[in-house]
Amino acid sequence: MELEALSPQHDYLRIQKKFPTVWCPGCGIGTVMSAIIRAIHELGINKNNIALISGIGCSSRMPIYVDFNTLHTTHGRALPFATGIKMVRPDMKVIVVSGDGDALAIGGNHFIHACRRNIDISMILINNYIYGMTGGQVSPTTPLNSYAHTAPYGSIDPPFDAVNLASSAGATYVARGTTYHIVQTSKYIKKSLEHKGFSMVEVISQCPVLYGRLNDYKTAVKMLYRQKEQAVMLKAWEKLSPEERVDKYPIGEFVENTDRQEYTKTYAELSKQVREEATNGKD
Amino acid sequence: MAKKPEIKGTAQFLQGNEAVVEAAIAAGCSFFAGYPITPSTEIAEGCAEKLPLVGGAFIQMEDEIASIAAIIGASLAGAKAMTATSGPGFSLMQENLGFAYIAEVPIVITNVMRGGPSTGLPTKVSQSDVMQARWGTHGDYTPIVITPSSVQEVFDLTIHAFNCSEMLNTPVILLLDEILGHMRERIIIPDTEDIKIENRKYPSVPPEFYKPYSNTPSKVSEFVAFGEGYRYNVTGLTHDEFGFPTSVPGEVEQMLTKLRRKIHTHRKEVILYEEEYMEDATYAVISYGTSARAAMSAVRKARAHGVKAGLLKLKTIWPFPGRKVYQIASSVKGILVAEMNMGQMIREVDRYAMGQCKVAGAFRYDGLVIEPDEIYEKLLELRATK
Repeated sequence: MELEALSPQHDYLRIQKKFPTVWCPGCGIGTVMSAIIRAIHELGINKNNIALISGIGCSSRMPIYVDFNTLHTTHGRALPFATGIKMVRPDMKVIVVSGDGDALAIGGNHFIHACRRNIDISMILINNYIYGMTGGQVSPTTPLNSYAHTAPYGSIDPPFDAVNLASSAGATYVARGTTYHIVQTSKYIKKSLEHKGFSMVEVISQCPVLYGRLNDYKTAVKMLYRQKEQAVMLKAWEKLSPEERVDKYPIGEFVENTDRQEYTKTYAELSKQVREEATNGKD
Repeated sequence: MAKKPEIKGTAQFLQGNEAVVEAAIAAGCSFFAGYPITPSTEIAEGCAEKLPLVGGAFIQMEDEIASIAAIIGASLAGAKAMTATSGPGFSLMQENLGFAYIAEVPIVITNVMRGGPSTGLPTKVSQSDVMQARWGTHGDYTPIVITPSSVQEVFDLTIHAFNCSEMLNTPVILLLDEILGHMRERIIIPDTEDIKIENRKYPSVPPEFYKPYSNTPSKVSEFVAFGEGYRYNVTGLTHDEFGFPTSVPGEVEQMLTKLRRKIHTHRKEVILYEEEYMEDATYAVISYGTSARAAMSAVRKARAHGVKAGLLKLKTIWPFPGRKVYQIASSVKGILVAEMNMGQMIREVDRYAMGQCKVAGAFRYDGLVIEPDEIYEKLLELRATK
């Protein structure tokens, strides 16, 4: 009970029979969930005003546990569901939680179109390099030559870079963090929630049970240390030579664009204008 | 045949697809998400133009999967929402349609049928999605599928589709066909006060006692939109009354039974049909949609030639009016099913006729409309067979 009194997290978790979570010991998704909650708590957003939407996969189980208006949809489709909610309730804070398979394989088309529209949705993309829920298959972010149950001889498919994809498709806030750098990542999530427009925060996370086991990272701790070795702050990354960049990736804020107007605001203005013209009898 | 009372309202000359738009707005629809596809595109175009004028919203999505997803989201956010498509798009929508069934989200999907399978006959008429509308998405569920046969009926039954969906928290499929979608007819749009509108039931309890999937005696739960202070979970997984995933056998069975029984306990409100010349009929033609118009002419021609024929025109094909068909089968010598496919509805008619009378079909599936004479000839053939 004392612990409950200490942690604000408990105000945001569902009290009904929903625990323990489906996530394996050592999984990074819970870390991301508390980072999201921390960001919401710090911003003081009313729980009634938050819609949290997910697709299918390990990370997409998050809606079950958090005490918001939650929607657990079909595989890859969280963004179009969220788009419908945001169009009808532009005042609501709409958050999408997705995994690498969900967002970038089956949901890839929805992902680029949500970026293109710049609709005000905060997308948290938890990237653990593998399909966890189905038992460890290769995903669009699985690094080359890594092993998975559908890549028993090593993956030959070049991975997507979610940050580059979101940036070039038109997302107006794009950041990447890791579960190792979680305090920093929580700040990015907070900024994405404050941002008006489509934002995407990729969080590199660990799956010790499947990705780790198949690729020689036996424990979650080992995987977190790996994140520490691989992740380089954007400023430092820019100074690295191509050789130095091998086996590393940049973290930080990649896009922060406040010039482009948000989609539902544009629609509201357009709608107001055509109604005025209709009443004034203009064609 | 009693003369129908004249409806009061405004006369208009509309295409079927345009009538869908007018009726949807009259029914309170304020959100449309869609993707262009022949022969339904005029519905999206109409909504793009008219919805912002009534304070609603239109969005063209990246595909049909996204379109149905967006209207489900919109409905959960409190709007009456619709999409429109045709065969290939309807196929793409099937997974999320199943989501709307299990999550009990009221939405309306208009499918203006064209020939299939696959890209098939984009600009030609067909009624070959009858069974897809019944069984298209995986799993057990009970769909509501409405089939108008004139532009006036398109208007009236679009309202009915929205009402059924709001009353029962379920998707409703409005099945038009290419001819109905594109044909223009004079219709009367009733005055607003004469249009009966149903709305979802707002909770009668405060949030702490609210169960979004409450297993009530009528099997219909109270439904509140996101953002109203009732924070709950919606999932495509089998769920308990709170909307939380479950695989406990008793809870699974209860949820699936609820989905079926909420439709069946409201059959009388949902199922609509019309009978013409059936009082003394010895042969019945059963038809729906555009085919029912040809069937009506065939029945009149048969009557003129001394054959006591009658017509059962189905306006709701799912749930199937089985009791009505059973009753007709017990009083006639033969039933002819007229439809523009290779014989889909006839299977259901045959099932409910239960061998009480002869059952035959008049089918056409070459992209052209079925004609009265074809149905008349088949009727004579049916009469001649033993």
